[in-house]
Amino acid sequence: MTVRTEARLWLAQRATAAILAICVIVHLITIVYAVRGGLSAGEILGRTRGSLAWGSFYTVFVLAAAVHGAIGLRTVAAEWLGLRGAAAAWTMAAIALALAATGLRAVIAVVT
Amino acid sequence: MEVMNDWATATAEATAPAAATLLRVSVWRGGADGKLQEFRVPRGESQTVLDVVTYIQRHIDPTLAYRFACRVGMCGSCAMTVNGAPRWTCRTHVDDVAIAGALEIGPLANLPVVRDLVADMREFFDKWARAKGHFKPSATRSDDFAKVSPQSRERREAEAGIECIGCGVCYAACDIVKWNRDYLGPAALNRAWTLVNDVRDAGSMERLVAVSGDAGCHSCHTLGSCTELCPKKLSPTRSIAGLKRASIAVALGREEGGE
Repeated sequence: MTVRTEARLWLAQRATAAILAICVIVHLITIVYAVRGGLSAGEILGRTRGSLAWGSFYTVFVLAAAVHGAIGLRTVAAEWLGLRGAAAAWTMAAIALALAATGLRAVIAVVT
Repeated sequence: MEVMNDWATATAEATAPAAATLLRVSVWRGGADGKLQEFRVPRGESQTVLDVVTYIQRHIDPTLAYRFACRVGMCGSCAMTVNGAPRWTCRTHVDDVAIAGALEIGPLANLPVVRDLVADMREFFDKWARAKGHFKPSATRSDDFAKVSPQSRERREAEAGIECIGCGVCYAACDIVKWNRDYLGPAALNRAWTLVNDVRDAGSMERLVAVSGDAGCHSCHTLGSCTELCPKKLSPTRSIAGLKRASIAVALGREEGGE
């Protein structure tokens, strides 16, 4: 992996960290607000179904988490398992895709 | 009369225990597959770890190998592992690091052992070269002197890291070096940061490429062991953070221009 790609991955992880910081705060506030009168699936779906705002918010959240998590796991794999180079890059890409796919599936489920 | 007695007692307490007690010292002997050897060394006032090692070589076992030069914290050659942490031994007092009257002294970690307390420093200094730790002039001898204001941001950044004596303490303390043998290490990256901030230097972009990526600044997790243990109280952690910011130019592919 070239030095520039490495630097870009670092930048992507920093940028997604900034996005996640905001997303996590909004998400936590929503949880605290949502459970005030008890938690029910109906209430959650009532809020999210057909909502472009919540759909967009959680799409951004999921994509940022997929990118951020995969880059971090790649570093963990390099330092703790000695897994580097092409093998690590492909594993990272697979994890990112899996996280994005499962996350987006959940977003679609609550929005549509 | 009573006052005199107190004074006499105090003086006796100050001098007698130091002369009477012995320090238990375990010293690494041999190469990578060596082992610890026990010595008993008399305690002295203001005794440094280097004094202890020197005592062993001069009075107990002349075959003990260790490295030192200036003895006053300038040259950076006497660093060793003392009770688990890398230290400059010439300015580390036994009183500050001994645990229950005992010391364990070994060669610096993260470097090959030559023999006893001598570590092979080649890879440490080779990495300074790989980090492009040399000045690349932007002017010629026919140009006027560069005028650098001591108050300028660049000069203050360079100033913060310039007093490195190359002792290798930070390199031995760094977990990233342990996990990634290619990692350039805190000292080489700190050196690169001082040069990135040298307004007379013309090699910054090339240098930022050299210090980026898996072997460079982006691998630093900001654990801070280097900064915690640097005997010169420098902050390689801060320098590395500066390199990360400056390397955004590398990430974005700006090969020319400023940082």
